[in-house]
Amino acid sequence: MAFINLNVNGKKQVVDVDPKTPVLWVLREHLNLVGTKYGCGIAQCGACTIQLDGVAVRSCQLPVSVVVNKEITTIEGLSENGDHPVQKAWLEHDVPQCGYCQTGQIMSAVALLEKNPNPTDEQIDTAMNGNLCRCGTYVRIKAAVKTAAQSQSN
Amino acid sequence: MTLIKTTIDRRSFLKVSALAGGGMMLSFSWLAGCTPTTEEALELPKEWFELNSYIKIGENGVVTLMAPNPEFGSNVKTSLPMIVADELDIDWKNVIVVQADFFKERFERQFTGGSQSIRQGWKILRTAGATARQMLVDAAAKTWNVPASEITTEAGTLVHKASGKKAGYGEMASLAATLEVPKEVKLKDVKDFKIIGTSKKNVEGENIVTGKPLFTMDYTEEGMLIAMITHPPAFGLKVKSVDDSAARSMPGIKDVFIIKTLADDYERNGFDTTTFTELVVVAGNTTWEVMNAKKSLVIEWEKISDTNVVVNGWGGKQTVKIPAGLESTTEHKAKMAEWSKKPGSVRRRDGDPEGAFKKAAKIIERTYTAPFLAHNCMEPVNCFAHVTAEKAELYGPIQAPEFIMQALSARLGMPREKIHIRLARMGGGFGQRAYGHHMVEAAAISQKLNAPVKMVYSREDDMTYGIYRPTYTATYRAALDEKNNLIAFHIKAGGIPETPVHAHRFPAGAIDNYLAEGWQIESNITIGAFRAPGSNFIAGAEQSFLDELAEEMGKDPIEFRLELLNRAKTNPVGKDNDYDPERYAGVLELVREKSKWNESQANVHRGVSAYFCHNTYVAEVLDLVIQNNKPVIQKVVAAVDCGIVVNPDAAANMGEGGIIDGIGNALYGEMSFQDGVPEKNNFNKYRLIRHSEAPKSIEVHFVKSEKDPTGLGEPLFPPVFAAVANALYKATGKRPYNQPFIKDLNTSELRM
Repeated sequence: MAFINLNVNGKKQVVDVDPKTPVLWVLREHLNLVGTKYGCGIAQCGACTIQLDGVAVRSCQLPVSVVVNKEITTIEGLSENGDHPVQKAWLEHDVPQCGYCQTGQIMSAVALLEKNPNPTDEQIDTAMNGNLCRCGTYVRIKAAVKTAAQSQSN
Repeated sequence: MTLIKTTIDRRSFLKVSALAGGGMMLSFSWLAGCTPTTEEALELPKEWFELNSYIKIGENGVVTLMAPNPEFGSNVKTSLPMIVADELDIDWKNVIVVQADFFKERFERQFTGGSQSIRQGWKILRTAGATARQMLVDAAAKTWNVPASEITTEAGTLVHKASGKKAGYGEMASLAATLEVPKEVKLKDVKDFKIIGTSKKNVEGENIVTGKPLFTMDYTEEGMLIAMITHPPAFGLKVKSVDDSAARSMPGIKDVFIIKTLADDYERNGFDTTTFTELVVVAGNTTWEVMNAKKSLVIEWEKISDTNVVVNGWGGKQTVKIPAGLESTTEHKAKMAEWSKKPGSVRRRDGDPEGAFKKAAKIIERTYTAPFLAHNCMEPVNCFAHVTAEKAELYGPIQAPEFIMQALSARLGMPREKIHIRLARMGGGFGQRAYGHHMVEAAAISQKLNAPVKMVYSREDDMTYGIYRPTYTATYRAALDEKNNLIAFHIKAGGIPETPVHAHRFPAGAIDNYLAEGWQIESNITIGAFRAPGSNFIAGAEQSFLDELAEEMGKDPIEFRLELLNRAKTNPVGKDNDYDPERYAGVLELVREKSKWNESQANVHRGVSAYFCHNTYVAEVLDLVIQNNKPVIQKVVAAVDCGIVVNPDAAANMGEGGIIDGIGNALYGEMSFQDGVPEKNNFNKYRLIRHSEAPKSIEVHFVKSEKDPTGLGEPLFPPVFAAVANALYKATGKRPYNQPFIKDLNTSELRM
């Protein structure tokens, strides 16, 4: 166990954990930020996607020791009131079915649009391909990403 | 207008309300589950008046509607309350939807599955809404001293036109709650629906996109321990011994033990499917610590011997053998090929099929196969339990809470009244969460530890614990005469461990000489419902075969199906045909129009398919193009007849999901075994469809109808397997017979 300094959603936090603990479990069980989901544990499904210094990463295999002093953003830190343009687009298209993967999908979409505000269909596919949705909401996700891109460019 | 006898009895309401007063219904921080539907909604009221199990009205007019069924993504948490709201005649924006706990005495039906929530909830929920509305009308009549028949309602307001009197529901709710429940109520005419048939957003949408704790996986409480299980690595093995010395000394670990979840002589019900009744449990403070300790266990396994269990299911009581042995996919395939050649048990016979095949000028015979499939819900199996000497509290993902009560009661040695199940939102279900044995596991672990516990499966545990979609095969034969007329049809289909034959479905009823046979081979690999059981294979096989048959007969595939359906309508063969040929033809005609079937496009390869299951008719046309030497699905157009569509946009979403799921499983889905070991245990090995492989667009068109609604969770899924196969044939010149199709897809054969 060791004290580790974290910067999560703009807030400095100290946790006392095994430095090898993946960021996913630190967020979920030490900081009570459960919007980041456990899906596979091997970075294959994208349910645990967060942003690390603005880049979308899978948190389930990322030891907490390597993110010290880096900026972590989770779904809870995306907006105060759930009104980030990507969240709004998700609601407009009523994307979710079961909803379990959707926070990871949103985090990947946000990172994509920050880098590329006007992505093509192929660029959306490439950026989102690491995020599985078992319910099959892919067509709506793509539509929502495009709506968000449009609303951000206006 | 329909007059309907109410089944609601005031006294039973009061009785259960008194129970609720003890804190049962509202014990679980119910306000956290509240979702005002818009920002303009009214403030929360100071007091609630309960009109019946489904409806509470606040003094300011805010209405709480209970969502009876557990939610696994089909959006019943929104659509079922919409039905109540319409008959109650209220403004949807002032509705708060609350997930009901499992409470048999209050809610008639709390099962999510079989595409039945809307269909079977329809009358119950309308009656609940209409009854409460009538009680509000009666209260206003009493207060204003006017005849109830002169009072009308509109969006939560009671109006007496002659006297100009008006009141909000909230003003009459306290009196209404004390009145007699009317013996008979009027239900609305379809034309008068105001909420049903309009698209309402998912009531949980904002909570989902902001990452609120909605799933059991997200649940925590003071003193809660985390437990993980280790089940045998192979079907046909059980625990022999455990060396837990390393695990016990690891940080955060509280205990390691073996639990037995069902007694050997326990008489199971039809949903008590479970593979491993003995599990090694590690319990500790955090998931990561427990995961690590679990890896350090040294467990010896031994082979099981043949075991018999008594199952008292819907088909009556029977003894089911769980055979010993370590099974492999290669043996499964060889056995199924062998059984396909033997006679099966006859499920239906019309005319003289054997005679007709003897005198046929041409016989076409094709065999189709599909592997076992894993459900792979995105939320791995988990459950919270807190069992004390007095009661058991459970919170978990469960489609069919009623069916796990017997096992819980037997295992805990506790009467049902002391067991309380709170229904969690599920991160997927697909049939697998109808089998609630994970609740028994969590409860047994909590009882042993005497502490609140959340039991969590790793992805690997989840993918390898069984309850799979069975592996199937079907052989179709068609006899043609000299003039190329279809004179006989034969299907023989089986699987491990069940047959997919639905003997009375189309094209039974459309062909004079017809034979359906089924067979099954026993196995120790457990299976369970998987989105449209049986249909999820047989639709693809049948609709691929009909496509090939149409081609052989020189007919357009849609026209050929319509001819058969016309025969079934005008001069049906046999009895018990379980479909309506007119509605079946209706969706084919609609998909032909909407997909512009008769206008071919250069380089677009099209496949059509249609199927009826779970009370809903579906036809689909799939367009495929070849890009960079790969098949790319451009578009799917679906036509659906499910009667009245309650929540159209959500209904379309469900359809899109079924189509994408079907394409994924047709092309990539497969679970295989070697010496009893599932060969895939995570998403690096088990291929699920991804963003880039989904269709570029999907259109779901509904037949306009005033018939009572039927469900959509399953019906769009089965036919798409054949739409993929038939389009792939157009692109490659080769018909795919074995799922997953990707395995046999030789990209050098693709036609640009």
